[in-house]
Amino acid sequence: MTYSYTREEMVDAREAPVNTSGPLAWARRNLFATPSDALLTILAFIFLIWAIPPIYGFIAPDAIGGNAVAPGGTVEECRLESAGACWAYISARMSFFIYGFYPPEEYWRPNVVFALGALLLLPLLAPSVPFKRTNAVLFFVVFPIISFYLLNGGVLGMPAVPTEQWGGLMVTLIISLVGIFCSIPLGILLALGRQSSLPIIKTLCIMFIELWRAVPLITVLFMASIMLPLFMPQGVTVDKLLRALVGVTLFSSAYLAEVVRGGLQALPRGQYEAAQSLGLSYWKSMGFIILPQALKHVIPGIVNSFIALFKDTSLVSIVGIFDLLNTVQAASSDIDWSSPTQAITGYLFAGFVFWIFCFAMSRYSVFMERRLDTGHKR
Amino acid sequence: MSDTSSATTERPVPTSQMKVSDTDVAIDVVGMHKWYGDFHVLRDIDLRVMRGERIVIAGPSGSGKSTLIRCINRLEEHQEGQIVVNGTELTADLKRIDEVRREVGMVFQHFNLFPHLTILQNLTLAPIWVRGTPKAEAEATAMHYLERVKIPEQANKFPGQLSGGQQQRVAIARSLCMQPRIMLFDEPTSALDPEMVKEVLEVMISLAEEGMTMICVTHEMGFARQVANRVIFMDQGQIIEQNEPETFFSNPQHERTKLFLSQILH
Repeated sequence: MTYSYTREEMVDAREAPVNTSGPLAWARRNLFATPSDALLTILAFIFLIWAIPPIYGFIAPDAIGGNAVAPGGTVEECRLESAGACWAYISARMSFFIYGFYPPEEYWRPNVVFALGALLLLPLLAPSVPFKRTNAVLFFVVFPIISFYLLNGGVLGMPAVPTEQWGGLMVTLIISLVGIFCSIPLGILLALGRQSSLPIIKTLCIMFIELWRAVPLITVLFMASIMLPLFMPQGVTVDKLLRALVGVTLFSSAYLAEVVRGGLQALPRGQYEAAQSLGLSYWKSMGFIILPQALKHVIPGIVNSFIALFKDTSLVSIVGIFDLLNTVQAASSDIDWSSPTQAITGYLFAGFVFWIFCFAMSRYSVFMERRLDTGHKR
Repeated sequence: MSDTSSATTERPVPTSQMKVSDTDVAIDVVGMHKWYGDFHVLRDIDLRVMRGERIVIAGPSGSGKSTLIRCINRLEEHQEGQIVVNGTELTADLKRIDEVRREVGMVFQHFNLFPHLTILQNLTLAPIWVRGTPKAEAEATAMHYLERVKIPEQANKFPGQLSGGQQQRVAIARSLCMQPRIMLFDEPTSALDPEMVKEVLEVMISLAEEGMTMICVTHEMGFARQVANRVIFMDQGQIIEQNEPETFFSNPQHERTKLFLSQILH
């Protein structure tokens, strides 16, 4: 018996055996790997067969085999015993859901803002589009100013529309966009402040973060809308929407600060040291070295915060602001369209709109994570 | 430590170029103490490094070697005594710290390249933003140093795509791009696969041949023999012995040094 061995020929890589790839192999591996797996798969199929047709029947209009009343239908059709979702009602009240009590003859103003916002935001989000700096200035500085004057009016012969008349999806988008884009810089500054070696800054940041995180958003909104005016001098009023905006932004920035801090702490100390040893100042090493990596690590957490923020905007209805959910709720008592499925159709619609935006954010974050991955795991 | 004599090439070093100045002091450490909390890491360190000197610091782990060179560019703060680098005394004054760091390059055990930037961006970032060098010029300098460390073809890759030895050579080039007068090496080959140690040491040797003032914390005794003009041995936060490499290796004086050398040279 000898243990001496010398390989004479190297073995070339071969193609994988057939049953390790393809849909059949996938099904066998994931659905029917063991008898209990197979049983669970079959049970799940039975459940889907039982559950899907009624749901489909409720949602789909008759043209494609369901019972729902398509847009353009009448209220009488919706009142039938067999009727599903009353989409006709949604389309009839659509402008209310989008603009709230904004005067209909002025709808073009929010429309211009929507179009301008989409025109500036989409190229900003797509990494391959050039002129990022100009684009960012336009979106973050020029666009808010134009939007404010367009929506609020009172200049250039446009009649004034006070914020009490704003509503619907428009308000939901305003609150969440302002909340998101103002809480990013604030959250980053708070996170850096919390790590600061200067005791006063550190203490202030910790106090701010812990205070806002410990208070429910509803309380913040109540305080802003009911208590704040009590402390203001007589005759001074701050717009209700503005108060809600500030409340949502500060609330969200406290959460974001903690997410960013997680990213800062996950970076190896060597990155800080390498930046220092090259002579980079604090702000330069943060801006070029630390934050780009830290933020990349916490993209899922940041987007999570934004999705939560987007959905939390519906809480402003409690202080009497007509966001999307509040308009849907208000419209559900509309006698002209009263039918057994009126309310549930409204909530389905509201839920679907929220889902579209949140899902888009989620997909975008996955895209950015992939794009920013430079294949370095350390 | 593994046998290291094979890692360095045995070509003779042209000593004529490796002139050590008699009058120009690069680093002067006087009566320096440092504590981590209650722990006295560095005790009464006196070290004068002349311009052009190549110093190797050896010693058991935990003896304070790394901490000492990290004090020289103020990655660590000392509590007592004086550290003067290129004529600037290190104090809490941020301006002075920046001044020293601009002139002192540092290479780390774990490379610490910036993983989100390409190799070229890693090299040009500090020259552009600290020295204010125009971008084109910084890139030309960067390519020059990448050629010196023999990897110009990697310029547009990310650090994660390079081998350990290549990354460490990039790290050296990154420091050189700031055109430092002093280079500090903190165990530059300890995290490398044995096959890659040589390529990094060759770069360090060529730097020494050009007269760079260097302090290297390393266990590469072959490198010490060939390049250093002084070997410093540390234990328990103190400098225990220093000597020319020949004498240091052939005739160590202190018991601790003898023990250490018998452990690593077999």
